[in-house]
Amino acid sequence: MISLAGRDILHAWGKFVFTGIGLGLLIGVTLIMAGVYRGMVDDGKALLDNSGADLWVVQQDTLGPYAESSSLYDDVYRSLLAMPGIAQAANVTYLTMQVRRGDTDVRAMVVGIVAGPPGTLGWPPHLVAGRQITRGHYEAVADIATGAHLGDRLTIRRNQYTVVGLTRRMVSSGGDPMIFVPLRDAQDAQFLKDNDAILQGRRRTEANPAFNRPGVPDLVDATIRAQGSNRFVNAVLVRLEPGSDPDAVATDIRRWKKLTAYTRPAMERILVGKLIATSAKQIGMFLAILSLVSAAIVAFIIYTLTMDRIREIAVLKLIGTRNTTIAGMILQQALALGAIGFVVGKISATFSAPLFPKYVLLMPQDSIAGFGAVMVICVLASLVAIRVALKVDPAEAIGG
Amino acid sequence: MKTLPLQRRTLALLAFLVPLFALFVYVALRSGPLAPVAVTTQTVEAKALTPSLFGIGTVEARYTHKVGPTSAGRLKSLMVQVGERVKAGQVLGVMEPIDLNARVNSQQAALQRAEAALKEVDARAQFARTQATRYEQLAAAKLVSDELASTKRQERQIADAALDGAREELRRVKSELTATVAQQRNLTLVAPVNALVTVRHVDPGTTVVAGQAVIELIDPGSLWINARLDQASATGLAAGLPARIVLRSRTGSTFAGHVLRIEPMADAVTEEILAKVVFDTLPDPLPPVGELAEVTMDLPAVAAAPVIRNAAIHRVGDKTGVWKLVDALAVFTPVKTGAADLDGNVQVTQGLAPGDVIVLYSEKPLSAAHRIRIVDRIPGTAP
Repeated sequence: MISLAGRDILHAWGKFVFTGIGLGLLIGVTLIMAGVYRGMVDDGKALLDNSGADLWVVQQDTLGPYAESSSLYDDVYRSLLAMPGIAQAANVTYLTMQVRRGDTDVRAMVVGIVAGPPGTLGWPPHLVAGRQITRGHYEAVADIATGAHLGDRLTIRRNQYTVVGLTRRMVSSGGDPMIFVPLRDAQDAQFLKDNDAILQGRRRTEANPAFNRPGVPDLVDATIRAQGSNRFVNAVLVRLEPGSDPDAVATDIRRWKKLTAYTRPAMERILVGKLIATSAKQIGMFLAILSLVSAAIVAFIIYTLTMDRIREIAVLKLIGTRNTTIAGMILQQALALGAIGFVVGKISATFSAPLFPKYVLLMPQDSIAGFGAVMVICVLASLVAIRVALKVDPAEAIGG
Repeated sequence: MKTLPLQRRTLALLAFLVPLFALFVYVALRSGPLAPVAVTTQTVEAKALTPSLFGIGTVEARYTHKVGPTSAGRLKSLMVQVGERVKAGQVLGVMEPIDLNARVNSQQAALQRAEAALKEVDARAQFARTQATRYEQLAAAKLVSDELASTKRQERQIADAALDGAREELRRVKSELTATVAQQRNLTLVAPVNALVTVRHVDPGTTVVAGQAVIELIDPGSLWINARLDQASATGLAAGLPARIVLRSRTGSTFAGHVLRIEPMADAVTEEILAKVVFDTLPDPLPPVGELAEVTMDLPAVAAAPVIRNAAIHRVGDKTGVWKLVDALAVFTPVKTGAADLDGNVQVTQGLAPGDVIVLYSEKPLSAAHRIRIVDRIPGTAP
């Protein structure tokens, strides 16, 4: 038996293919939008994965270090190491800033990491080029999204850092690429003011009679030195001993150290539920609207395609074609159109995703759901078209 | 006749659909979780390493002399400017004497008075002695009473005591004068050694407290670097290690030096070890005190062992290891690492043998489930 639908498609294959491509681009945009949403969530999770921590210890009653600012003394990690269940603890600082590279600057999150053997907590877990930091100062590992190359010089505050390694997908929750520098430098960068501000600060201290006493000439120097040092970090990353319960250790830290500790699920809730909640909702709303509009357009296209051929359908009815055959033809055409659209959409989305400035994550389950949705919409739209086609008066074939 | 155009149409449609479908299959397999992860590999080689240590420090002077008055006073004049070289014993400045000169005058007068008093008492004592001797003789000849003789003897003793007192008084006044003159001499600020003037803390007219520095001198030949090294990466630091010093103002030129000593006191707050590094030959011109310097110290070379790049080392669970290639599959192999150098090479003491091929860089974090695709360079990284 010949396929009526296939015949019909072949009859106007150009129109059919171009409609499919147009539909595909629309589906592609919808898939990209879903990818943008997934990418936002994934940015947050990548941040947590890359830190390699089981627990985040931050200032008491803050949602730090990503969602809120938090500062701890940098020797807190020593007392944490003494607690049962904790295998490793490492200081870390985070600072989002504009990092100068040559004549341009790039927005990046500067992460301060402690020195140690390879695999130390807080270090970038995998590189795509170069090496990890080996010197205690003035070296940096940058994400390739910063545009940096090996050997480039980055300027952070007044110091120059040589890029010795490159990472991929090391981003902050906002999607800003990360730049890893030694902790001591990062602490300075967080606190270091420009030279003019430092000079003015010194002058102010000198002018203050409380600090500049004639009888105690060294007091002003000591005060200025005390003002110029930064002994704070933003968080302590903790890796637990195998088999210890993260919640129990976190409770211990909260109770005895008077600090706040977050486990991985709690941190994920903060990042996904609080930090990117509004933007995620925004994208989600847009995705929902786009899906509705896409569905409406798909339905409309299929309906229009059917209406274009209403005379031919009338002829078919006139020559005694069964209703199921006609309905099958319209349904098959709709599904074929949907399939072509989906394939074109998936291809276009995959190839255009890397061009976006922020990460677009196309997940297979989204694609499968998208395929299902497209098929369902096609079936629903064809039902309307079938209903119209079946109600057509065979007389129309010869009338008009 | 009729089938031909139909066939052409079929062919045209197929010409569109087949590549589309092929592209779709390619996309499905080459992106997402099914795609193999691009990795680069490294062959483990046995190599000797020259580990180095890296620290930063500031240029400091070994000897800093802070010259100032020993008692509170006002500065009268300063003869030297910052940057001048001074000789040992050279007068640098003078403090205002205020009442010191008058006190010296008064003590000189007191000295003369004491000397006069001594002469007077001496004359009295001589007379008393003569009288006493005379009356002794007269009493022996029974020409005067015993009582009179003993009175004269007592007068002689009193006069002798008065003479002793006057002598001591003269000594006291003399010592006082000497002390005041010494104080007067102390008003001049004198260079203790051959040195370079680095700071003039105050200018003439300023009142300074006792012990406050007026002028700072350094011995320019004693410049060294006070280097700070993170305790976690200071293994092997020892006195005598050769060092390469780069001054912040002279990036690009390296000065040779060596570690003079490691401070017995480490910095507990900053978790750093302090070491003093001296120049083999002092740079010319001299670096300013306080300038930042980077110091790289070379440790003795360690024996050959399997060497990998530090970027290849990953942490999976609670184990540190590398992804080793076994039959084109990446298998996580725990390793123990040993010596490392500053170029990112790490020796492996356990877990790998020379000739093993390991994953160096990967496009994304590897897991045992990933298929891998070996490339020369990870896409997106520039040559």
